[in-house]
Parts: sequence; structure tokens; C-alpha cells
Amino acid sequence: MTQFTFVDILTNLLWASRWTVLLSLAAFAGGGLLALGLLFAAIGRARWPGRLARLYVEIFQGTPLLMQLFLAFFGLGLLGIDVSPWLAACAALILWSAAFLVEIWRGCVMAIGRGQWEASAALGMGYAAQMRHVVLPQALRLAVPPTVGFSVQVVKGTALTSIIGFLELTKAGTVLSNASFQPFTVFGLVALIYFALCFPLSVGARRLERKLNVAH
Amino acid sequence: MSLIEIAGLHKSFGSTEVLRGIDLAVASGEVVAIIGRSGSGKSTLLRCINGLESVDAGDITVAGEALGTGEARLRALRLKVGMIFQQFNLFPHKTAGQNVMLARQVVRGSPRAEAEALARRMLDRVGLGAKFDAYPAQLSGGQQQRVAIARALAMEPLALLCDEVTSALDPELVGEVLGVVRELAAEGMTLIMVTHEMAFAREVCDRVVFMHEGRVHEIGPPAEIFAEPRTPELRAFVARGH
Repeated sequence: MTQFTFVDILTNLLWASRWTVLLSLAAFAGGGLLALGLLFAAIGRARWPGRLARLYVEIFQGTPLLMQLFLAFFGLGLLGIDVSPWLAACAALILWSAAFLVEIWRGCVMAIGRGQWEASAALGMGYAAQMRHVVLPQALRLAVPPTVGFSVQVVKGTALTSIIGFLELTKAGTVLSNASFQPFTVFGLVALIYFALCFPLSVGARRLERKLNVAH
Repeated sequence: MSLIEIAGLHKSFGSTEVLRGIDLAVASGEVVAIIGRSGSGKSTLLRCINGLESVDAGDITVAGEALGTGEARLRALRLKVGMIFQQFNLFPHKTAGQNVMLARQVVRGSPRAEAEALARRMLDRVGLGAKFDAYPAQLSGGQQQRVAIARALAMEPLALLCDEVTSALDPELVGEVLGVVRELAAEGMTLIMVTHEMAFAREVCDRVVFMHEGRVHEIGPPAEIFAEPRTPELRAFVARGH
């Protein structure tokens, strides 16, 4: 039987965590793009796009991410579409993070006071010009800290993809723990690596918050 | 002919009737103060004139054109009638100069250089030429309000609506803003102002409108309104020393 040294475990975990990072980036970038589209539907004046965006948010915030992963992986499989764990994980995480990002961003747009809308309207600006020059630039500023903060949730959310067999950090931990019989060491290290990934993000979010508050 | 004509204007918020049939005509170059207790409908009347509030019944005509409901007509109206708010409502992410330039560029399509030259002239006019690059947060309330006036003037409106423009200011800053308004009046700008500054209204305005319970209760030159109020409501209002 092979003996796993501490270094073996650590290098294997670090090697696997690149998938955690990649998946997080893909989920965050894809989710952000999708959320941007949903945002314009949610804050726009047209009624139906707004309703659909709200329904989307309700569905993806109101069901566990794990169920969404299962549906993406097994559900599509049942329909005869062969999905790899990577594709299913990506798709589910993108859809999930978009639902949260669009709510964060919508809140930031709503936070811009009525006075800004009225002042720009009184100057003869139309809806598009008000959005582009007055409301969105201010909302963007408000949105940066909570958006960075949410990225921590995305990183931790990737851990669930281990259940559909995607070999990221948590899945690698499970495999190594089964093979090495050292669950405490292995999962201790897994936790530390997650922390090392998330801590800079939450510190960054706090810094940005302070910085943007001062500038305001 | 009157620049602004209001006839039979009604406006309700829910079941509360705020304006109960307003008739008012304002000539070009005239300076009109609207006074009255809070809740008498002064601000609502002002906000109806440039379409920030929709109208339930009645007509508003500015320079011969009726106030419509579509966004295009509203925007056309707002180019004729500028507005200055109690809370200034400057754009906090833009400098004083950019605040004045923005609508000029976006709405009127002026080239950047032209808008900038105009913005500098307008800021000079309100005595803030040196603050072109300052952000609103770096300015006092009085300075912010003067930037807001410059911003409205940059659109070259036919009339300016002033909604309690000094009410949010510290007492020592009121004078500088009223000074700018006084100059505008002297230059012949048509002004309709809701105000609590009775001394100012008396000195600068051609006519004073006293509103009471959603109606124009009394109207006349300031000398008459303040010295010889005809109705008990106005008498009480004047006596309380507003």
C-alpha cells in the first residue's frame, strides 16, 4: 500500500484547487454577464422582461444550488444530452450566481435617490441618458464592494460540484482522505486552501468599501 | 401673451386632492413668488409645470405649447422650463463643471469644447468660476445650489422654477443664493419660486401668489399682499411672520 506523505497530500490538493479557481472564475464571469442582461430587464420599464427576470431570481434563489447541479448533470443526461461534470458545474454555477448578482446590482440602482432622477429629467434627459450618465455610474460605485464580497460565496459554492464528480478541491480531498486514512489532515488542508482563496477577497471587499465611501 | 398659462389644474395623490383648480398666467420676464403653509400645494404646482408630477385635469401651456404626456413632449417642455431643487440634486460623481456640461452635451448635442466654454461662463455668472473642477462634496450647500442654478441656466430655459431653493441651507449661506436669484430677476429671467423668504419675495417679485388648500387664495403685487391682505387666511399667514 502506498504511503501518503504530507507533501504528497498538499501538492495533490493544490493541483486540484486550480479547478476550483477556474470554475470560480468561469462562474463569476459568466454569471456577471448573464446578470447584466437580467439587470436591464429587471430595472427597465417594460413589464414582461421585468417579470421574467424576477421569476428567474425567485427560482434560482429559492432552490438549493445542489439541486440545480443535480438537474444540470443528471437532468440533461436523462434528456439524452451527455454533459461532462465540468460543463454541468459551470452551467449551474453561472445560472446560480447570476440570480444573486442581479439582485445585488438591482439594489444598487434602486439606492440612487429620486432627486438624481428628477434633476436629470428636469434637464431634459431621457431614460437611456439618465441611466448611462447619472444612475449607472453611481450604482456601479455602490456595487463594487458587495460584488467582490459575493465572489467569496461563489468560491465556496464550487465545493458542491464535488458531488457530481467534478474533481476540484473538495473532491480531491475526499479521494485523498479515502486513500490516505488521514481525513483530519486532508480536510484541514482543504479548509486552509479555501480560506487562502477567500480571505483576500473579503479583505479586498472591505478595503474597496472604505475607499469608495471616502470618495463619496 | 403669457409665457406660462395654467388653467383649471387639478392634482390628487390617492384620495387627497392637493390642487383644486389652479388658474395662473405668468408673463415673460415676470418674477412670481408662491407662498403658503406647507401642504398648500405650492411645490406640487411647481412640479406639475415641468411635468415631474402628472396632471389629473386642466391645461398647462408653456410658450404656446400644451404640456403633453409622452416622453418626447415632456422633454421638449423641460428644455423650456428649468428647475432648481431644495436639495440641489447635483450629480455627486461629476465635478461642478461636468454637472453643468452634461445635459448640454447629452441633450442638446453640443460639442465638448463648446459645452465646456458655456459651463465656465455659467459658473462665472454664479460666482463659481474657480470651482470648475471641484466635486459637489467639496462645496458648501450655498455653492452647490449655485452650481445647480448654473446647470439649469446652461440649458438656456425660458423660465426657471425654484422649489424652496434656500430651505436646506444654513442661514449664513442663504444670502449668496438669493443674490444669484436676484441677479437673474434683474436680467429679465422669468422666475416662479416657492419660497419662505418673505423679505426676498417682497423685494424682488412682481407678483405674489398665496396658496391655501390647493387653490390660489390671493394674488397681487407684494405691497398689497403683505400690507393689505384681504382674506383672514393670508392675514394669519403674514402675521405669523413667515
